[in-house]
Amino acid sequence: MARRPTIALYWCAGCGGCEESVFDLAETLLDVYRQTRIVFWPAALDARYTDVEALADGEIDATFINGAIRLDHHLDMVRLLRKKSKCLIAHGACAGLGGVIGLGNLHTAGQLLDCAYRQAPSIAAPKGPLPGRNGGAEASDPALPELLPATLPLDRVVPVEASIPGCPPTADIMAQVFEGIIAGHLPAKGTVYAHRKALCHGCPRLDTRPERIEISRFQRLHETLWDPAVCFLPQGLICLGPVTRGGCDARCIQANMPCRGCFGPTERMDDFGAGAISLIAGLMADGSEADGRALIESIPDPTGLFYRYSLAASVLGKGRSS
Amino acid sequence: MTEFDPTIVALLCNWCAYDGADAAGRSRLAIPHQIREVRVMCSGQVDPSTVLKAFAAGADGVLVLGCRPGDCHYRTGNREALKRMRLLQAVMAATPIHSQRLRTDWISAGEGDRYRRMACDFVLEIQALGPVNPKGRH
Repeated sequence: MARRPTIALYWCAGCGGCEESVFDLAETLLDVYRQTRIVFWPAALDARYTDVEALADGEIDATFINGAIRLDHHLDMVRLLRKKSKCLIAHGACAGLGGVIGLGNLHTAGQLLDCAYRQAPSIAAPKGPLPGRNGGAEASDPALPELLPATLPLDRVVPVEASIPGCPPTADIMAQVFEGIIAGHLPAKGTVYAHRKALCHGCPRLDTRPERIEISRFQRLHETLWDPAVCFLPQGLICLGPVTRGGCDARCIQANMPCRGCFGPTERMDDFGAGAISLIAGLMADGSEADGRALIESIPDPTGLFYRYSLAASVLGKGRSS
Repeated sequence: MTEFDPTIVALLCNWCAYDGADAAGRSRLAIPHQIREVRVMCSGQVDPSTVLKAFAAGADGVLVLGCRPGDCHYRTGNREALKRMRLLQAVMAATPIHSQRLRTDWISAGEGDRYRRMACDFVLEIQALGPVNPKGRH
């Protein structure tokens, strides 16, 4: 029997959806478990930090990191795992581009802590200690990890070999990644487990996209009854499929929801939001000065829309000095 | 503390704005040294990612200058530029790089004095805003 590859999985700042993308393998997960040696996976197995420390450098073949880097503790973990791994894979949109967590970069770390620990109406002790290196001397009073000044995508902290886009990635993609590793092929540097071209190319509604689209009013989903068989854009609904990497099986489109860009930019783009802005601005109808402004103002939260998954990877979200 | 000396990138269209800047030069008008002029064929060629690249490279402000409305050499380039830059500004408004750091305007060929005024005003405005990253470079 071929050597079983050694694997580790770790969860940084994320919602757990990427962990779910592994459990979504269902029965296939049992095959993966039998054909690999999983040495560290806090969400599923009992292994400790010290177990990872005890491994030889480069002993792990592939480590999957999901979630963005938001705490000092995450820095320690991913640096340790980097040292112990031949190949590091950014698993999901948060590890790859900062994800939804990256929208926190619109505020300082201090503002975020204040909102969560001081201003929230459910806080009973508004003068309690904030997380940080301020634990007591007793083991029962440990220090809580400190919030970094900004959310960071994984590759801003350690070199990364490959990335799996998606919020979360599909189980099919996860199965394909594990299959390759089990067959003894670690991903080449720069591998992205998705299509090279945009989602539009594989969209089930592609044939209904007109040659020329002119939007004179942006519609919002909750105000509209839209045709589930026709491309979203000519209906005035913002869909980011033309600038988003394909490979997701058009999950949202099939559920009659427009694309929000979780698979990140296509191969030829550098900044996802910039591409999305260019796309949508290009579809806006010409009109008077006032019409143009009103049209832009009809897009609620444009920052959160165009940079929903990629703000921390953009110059616009590289954190603010407090 | 010395006065903040910003870096400003001005993207000038080949047909009008660059000519306007040239006219300023021919008239011996003093243009602030903080302005780095870059000639592009058309303001409509300026993509949001070009603007963000300038900020990533250390610019504190970006000027996008094209032909006056209706005068675009390629007919609609300046109109397209305005739409893109306005949408980009709407996105920037919530971010640490505020939308005031990006300005789109029009200069026709020969309007050297208008170019000088615009450049001076923008330098003052960016000086008032301070550097993009106060802890980083300054």
